[in-house]
Amino acid sequence: MSVWVLLAVNSIALGGLLFLLSAGFSLIFGLMRIPNLMHGSFFMLGAYFGVTFLDRGINFWLAALMSGLAMAAIGGVIERLLLRRLEGQILPQVLLTLGFAFIIADLCLMVWTGDPWQPPTPRHLQGAVQAFGIFFPLYRLVIVAVAVVVAVALWLMVDWTRLGAMIRAGVDDPPIARVVGIKVSQLFTLIFCLGAALSAFAGMMAAPFLSVYPGLDFEMLPLALIVVILGGSGSLLGALVGSFLIGFLYNFGQAMFPDLAYVILFLPMLLVLVLRPQGLFGRVVS
Amino acid sequence: MRAINARHVAIALALVALVSLPAWVGNTYYVNVASQILLFAVFALALNVLVGYGGLVSLGHAGLFAIAGYTAALMLDAGHGHFAADVLAILVTLAASAVFAVLALRSTGIGFLMITLALGQIVWGIAYRWASLTNGDNGVNVTTRPAPFGLSLASAEAFYFATLAIFLLAVVTMMVFVRSPFGASLRGTRDQARRMNALGYNVWLIRFLAFVVSGFWTGVSGLLFIYYNQFISPQVSALTTSAEVLLMVISGGTATLLGPIAGAAIVVIMKNVVSAYIERWNLVLGVVFVVIISFMPEGLVPGSVRLWRWGWQKLRLRQNGVAARPLEERTP
Repeated sequence: MSVWVLLAVNSIALGGLLFLLSAGFSLIFGLMRIPNLMHGSFFMLGAYFGVTFLDRGINFWLAALMSGLAMAAIGGVIERLLLRRLEGQILPQVLLTLGFAFIIADLCLMVWTGDPWQPPTPRHLQGAVQAFGIFFPLYRLVIVAVAVVVAVALWLMVDWTRLGAMIRAGVDDPPIARVVGIKVSQLFTLIFCLGAALSAFAGMMAAPFLSVYPGLDFEMLPLALIVVILGGSGSLLGALVGSFLIGFLYNFGQAMFPDLAYVILFLPMLLVLVLRPQGLFGRVVS
Repeated sequence: MRAINARHVAIALALVALVSLPAWVGNTYYVNVASQILLFAVFALALNVLVGYGGLVSLGHAGLFAIAGYTAALMLDAGHGHFAADVLAILVTLAASAVFAVLALRSTGIGFLMITLALGQIVWGIAYRWASLTNGDNGVNVTTRPAPFGLSLASAEAFYFATLAIFLLAVVTMMVFVRSPFGASLRGTRDQARRMNALGYNVWLIRFLAFVVSGFWTGVSGLLFIYYNQFISPQVSALTTSAEVLLMVISGGTATLLGPIAGAAIVVIMKNVVSAYIERWNLVLGVVFVVIISFMPEGLVPGSVRLWRWGWQKLRLRQNGVAARPLEERTP
């Protein structure tokens, strides 16, 4: 019994992580239509940055924040200087981001070597909480809480603020948005930075229980992809539901069919593609 | 008429050079590199059907390549003959291509690319994690090469000639394909999908068939690959392989016959040279991607020519004291 509960808790925690990862991907790929194949690399590089900051004795949350900011800066530079010149050209964008993904992967291998890094869980987040006679590991609950906070904040931002309205306008009809005085170009850079920062932050949050190792980037990229295809591109609610679905599928799949766990993850995506190509919560684009 | 003659001469010279290659390179290592180039050229030509002529960028072709390789390798491992293994491998690859196509063609453009990426990762997941079937990270050995018509392919030279024969067959098929009405309609769906639809063409079916044709030749190159390497591991199905082949297609220039072949030669030679000195192939691959996209988006071969001309003209203009006009005005 308790094994299943623990599995469920792990699933929810992984779902939270996946949401942090794919929320940014949903903004960049779903809203801006940029095929950002560096997203997994942002996750891995962010984790490596965070681990290094931790190693220097910096507080966990500050390290996570700093790695997010560093990633936002790197993402911003790439978007502004290189991706921006390729606006609307899918193939060059794919190749450019793929190229950077390979560069980042190899540089990480050079700097942080091939050994996995697993930082300890921060001391004040260790231990477990007892509820209903079951112990829940505190750190997993924290991840879920952070994911929920980020989800609510993003939802408020996109749906209820002036900035969100400007973003939606810029995505729906860039020329008209420009005419009414919205700086679409800067706005898009901002979203790209935000997506990169969220991904790096997710990487840091994941480091204490997934650890950081070479190849993590191309393991996470398809996961973000599945979540977004499943939930519907550009839909934050879709990303949230998709993340938790994949979180459950991964943990229970791992427990029941260890050989096929990775493949099972893709089944809902395939089903959705066949039955409802726009995704569970996606809008039908006319 | 003269241009055609020159072209025929060029083709004849290239053929002579290719056929006599083992005689003049004189070293088994280089013969093997040439075999690699030819087998990857077949792969690149296959991908070019979709990327160049269909306008559909696939990042999942390493999956199809690996499906062919693994099917044959596992059949051979189980004690079946080469003929049965190869035929089954091609059939399985065709079936997998059809499944890939049905799923990926739910979408075009960016969606197509992302779905093929995910499908490729599924194959990687099976190859890597389903160890009881695929032997996981340890890979599968292919102990023997086939001996078609009683000719052993065990030596590097013999294998080179077999690869060359298949390569030439692929090139001729592609030439016929490109000039056929089907090739023209495929280019039509790339440039004007809506109009093709309005003209009564079944756009989806054309793309589907193109995908299957592409899958067939990918499978053939997958078979050549395992017989060349005599080993297959999950690494073959990784995204890096798809990316490398895509680099071959775009570096030579898409939607041309010669482009992917030149691209295969460039990438294979670069990989062999780089790997001989440093262990940073992925870094080099990434930098090449970024440089190509940033400075010569039309491909490495036409791009270098343009940059060289541009530099040459600038130099000449400066000498003549003529005010430089922007490049865009001069190039068509």
